[in-house]
This record gives sequence, C-alpha cells and structure tokens, in this order.
Amino acid sequence: MDSDVRLLLDPFDPGAELSAFAAAHPHSGGIASFIGQVREGGGVEALELSHYPPMTLPGMQALAADARARWVLDGLLIVHRSGVMFPGDPIVLIAAAARHRRDAFAAADFAMDHLKSNAWFWKREKADGQWRWIEPRDQDHADLARWT
Amino acid sequence: MIRLVFLGLLADLAGAAEIVLDINEPTPLDELIAMLEESLAAALRGAKVKLALNGALVARAGLVAASGDELAFLPPVSGG
Repeated sequence: MDSDVRLLLDPFDPGAELSAFAAAHPHSGGIASFIGQVREGGGVEALELSHYPPMTLPGMQALAADARARWVLDGLLIVHRSGVMFPGDPIVLIAAAARHRRDAFAAADFAMDHLKSNAWFWKREKADGQWRWIEPRDQDHADLARWT
Repeated sequence: MIRLVFLGLLADLAGAAEIVLDINEPTPLDELIAMLEESLAAALRGAKVKLALNGALVARAGLVAASGDELAFLPPVSGG
C-alpha cells in the first residue's frame, strides 16, 4: 500500500487519523505512532511553521519512500502542519504499521528525526509578544546522524 | 524577470517572502545578491543558507539564474 503523506494548513485530529489508519491496516500486528504538539509553558503563545511548496511535500514523500525501503512496513502515515498553531495543537503525526513491532518503531523514529531537522520547514515561536526563529538543537542533529 | 524567494528568518530580513528582479539576462548569483540591501545580502551569503533553483537544490558555485527562474534561499530548517 502507498504511504499517506500530507502537509496540512489547518488543524487536524491525530486520534481520528490514527483510528482510520489502524482500521485500514487490519493485518498489521502493530502500529507505532508519534504525535508532536505545541508545548504549553515557557511563555509560548504561538508557534508558526512555514514551508516552501515546491520542496516541502515532495521532500516528505521522499522521506516516506526512504523509510519504506529500509523497513518492512504495511503502511506509513506522515501528517505535518504548516501555519500558526497554539499550545496543545498537534504539529505532526507519524504512524507506521508493520507485521513486526521493531520495524514500526524504527520507521516512526527515523521519520520523526528527519522531519525535525532535515525537512523543509521553518519554525518560529511567539513569547511575550515577540516572534523568534528556532534552529534545530545540537541534539536534533545528533539524532539525525544515528541513521547515516 | 527572476523571482527570489526567502524562507524563514530570511523573509523577515527581506521584509517580504519574495522579490522579483526585472532582469532578462542570465545573471550570476553574486550579482543578484549584490543588487539587494546590504544586511539581507550578507545573510544570503551565509554558509548555512542553501539554494534551490526552480524547486531543486543547487550548488552555490557557478550558479547563474535566467529569466523565468525562481531562486529560493533556504536557511537552516526546523520542523516537528
């Protein structure tokens, strides 16, 4: 089955997406998922992700294909928001369905590390009324380097 | 004309997501950047800024843009 890769400009419901994904893969023994959401606290009022249409979704599709080539998966779901989000809003959802759980866990981990610091998104945060651009942390680069 | 697209922090520096230059001759990258306001130009020369010509990553060295091209300046990314 093809991967389901989506770039969304509006809020989404990760629970509903995950239920639909599980229902679509009744023969998979396991589904590993990850939800990233806007953290509450630290005075953060809003988060904004921007993207570059000619590259962002094609890059996400290439990432999905890469994951499918590395692990045996029955299905892969990658949903990523762009636009303005508020604390508690979901930013990203990854779900990998596989016969064996190790493949599902690894594929979701791999996809998330790449979305964090190797996908065409730019992130800024609003705190105390001021917007500030966020660059990946050293830890994000170290996480990505695990897969090379 | 050549369309310059600025992502992330660079859009703030440029004061716009894109700038269209009324140029019809094939023009080297250095000359395009030199036409822009100096603080923006300095940021665009940064080693961490990647370039995409018409949606595909390209190397900085020897880059020439022609009329109808879209040249995007991509600062370090951060998603998730």
